[in-house]
Amino acid sequence: MIVRYGLRLVALTYLALLLIIPVGMIVAHTFSGGLAPVWTALTDPDAIKALGLTLKIAIIVVPLNTLFGITMALVMVRREFRGKALLSALIDLPFAVSPVIVGFTLILVYGMNGWFGEFFINQGYPIIFSTPGMVLATMFASLPFVCREVIPVLREIGTEQEQAAATLGARAHQTFRRITLPAIRWGIVYGVVLTTARAIGEYGAVAVVSGNVIGQTQTLTLRVSQEYQNFDHIAAYTAALELAVIALVTLFLMNLFHPRKDH
Amino acid sequence: MTTVALPRRRASGAALPSVAPGVAITYLSVVVLLPLSALLWESHKGGLDAFWQAVTAPDAVAALKLTLGAALLVALINAVFGTLIAWVLVRDSFIGKGLANSLIDLPFALPTVVAGLTLLTLYGPNSPIGLNITYTRKAVVLALMFETLPFVIRSVQPVLLELDREMEEAAASLGARGHVIFRRVVLPNLLPAILSGMALAFARAVGEYGSVVMLSGNVPFATEVASVHIYSQIQSDYVTGATAMSVVLLSISLVVLLSISALHRWSSKHDR
Repeated sequence: MIVRYGLRLVALTYLALLLIIPVGMIVAHTFSGGLAPVWTALTDPDAIKALGLTLKIAIIVVPLNTLFGITMALVMVRREFRGKALLSALIDLPFAVSPVIVGFTLILVYGMNGWFGEFFINQGYPIIFSTPGMVLATMFASLPFVCREVIPVLREIGTEQEQAAATLGARAHQTFRRITLPAIRWGIVYGVVLTTARAIGEYGAVAVVSGNVIGQTQTLTLRVSQEYQNFDHIAAYTAALELAVIALVTLFLMNLFHPRKDH
Repeated sequence: MTTVALPRRRASGAALPSVAPGVAITYLSVVVLLPLSALLWESHKGGLDAFWQAVTAPDAVAALKLTLGAALLVALINAVFGTLIAWVLVRDSFIGKGLANSLIDLPFALPTVVAGLTLLTLYGPNSPIGLNITYTRKAVVLALMFETLPFVIRSVQPVLLELDREMEEAAASLGARGHVIFRRVVLPNLLPAILSGMALAFARAVGEYGSVVMLSGNVPFATEVASVHIYSQIQSDYVTGATAMSVVLLSISLVVLLSISALHRWSSKHDR
């Protein structure tokens, strides 16, 4: 009994000191000066632009990575070909790459002295220090999520129902729409939630390629660190709180769509 | 015996428009493969000497040592506390357990820079408990502890749930004490999961940037980790240095990823 209470105490203290108290304090700190400065920081034109850019990047990245993830999962599970293990490792790679390296490799391709940098600059579409570079960085960093969530679901449902549908004369696209898609939809939704959270929260990769021009290439995450360095703590904490609220909603959706067996 | 020849239509895989796999692989190549090839190309451009010189520069070595040391320490801390928390979440029951369980994933959902600011609020210069660890290596470890919290817990939890309690009951009925049962019966069963969680935590810790950059002060030779080192090399246009360190970090992550999949193969083989 003593052991049990002891373990519970240690576990909860660890979680409290590392997770719960710090995150709670962000709320307290944001509102330390009352509601008015938070409202000012929230409605600051630069803050609104930062939120807008963050959402714009997510709106471009999430659908593309979702389509990619579903397609790639179908290819990985339902087709046999050489080099599958290699492809699988390549899909997982973004999980293991430091975000700073993601940004750096993009500079090597699209930067001033990069492979295609001059070409895009001459066309009038610079990639680095502008939105396209940030979109590419976010795509890279959030690429694997949908694929990784859909693959195990596809494996589990097997092909029997699809074969039955095919035997009964269903066309391939009908089978996909009426059998496969409904079966994997929660996997997709969970993957989309994770992709969105990562796209909105990406910092390191975006920091490297953005140049952090306030009002132009500043996302919410970049605003947090920028305003903190400028000693405008209320602005930093307000942006952080916006992101924390998004994270909590994400967490809620994660628990909703991914009910763990241990509850 | 007669067999009916079914129309050999490939289910679902064929549901994709025939161009879809090609488009997906092209997308993967543009988004991931092209940038990584640029990195490898760049690392060969200067020749092996320049690469070696950049990797063995004193500040690079210091950053790499700090990163690997801190990542290893954090993996070990996670092994102990992650297993403990997973145990409490599976075997204990108390009010608020469901909430505690869902909060475990918060570090995955919370942007790294917000995590850094969060820790800065409690353990920074304006700490309400008078505990300022910024500009020390403790800050690096703390930031990494936050970011890697879920890995061991989430990898041990399902194994612990599936674990047959009859083994433990049998050991107890034969007179084994609690800690003996844990060490001789439970721990060997959890070990592959603990190791794979540790490896994931280590890989994540090696590349971590956002939370560390906020909390550690980034002093070269003292609290500058590898990814912050790369960032400052990029800022000062020292491409060779940034490239060399990136290649080293990438190789470490790859080795860790490959050992995790080897570990999975090994442990599933031993299950049968």
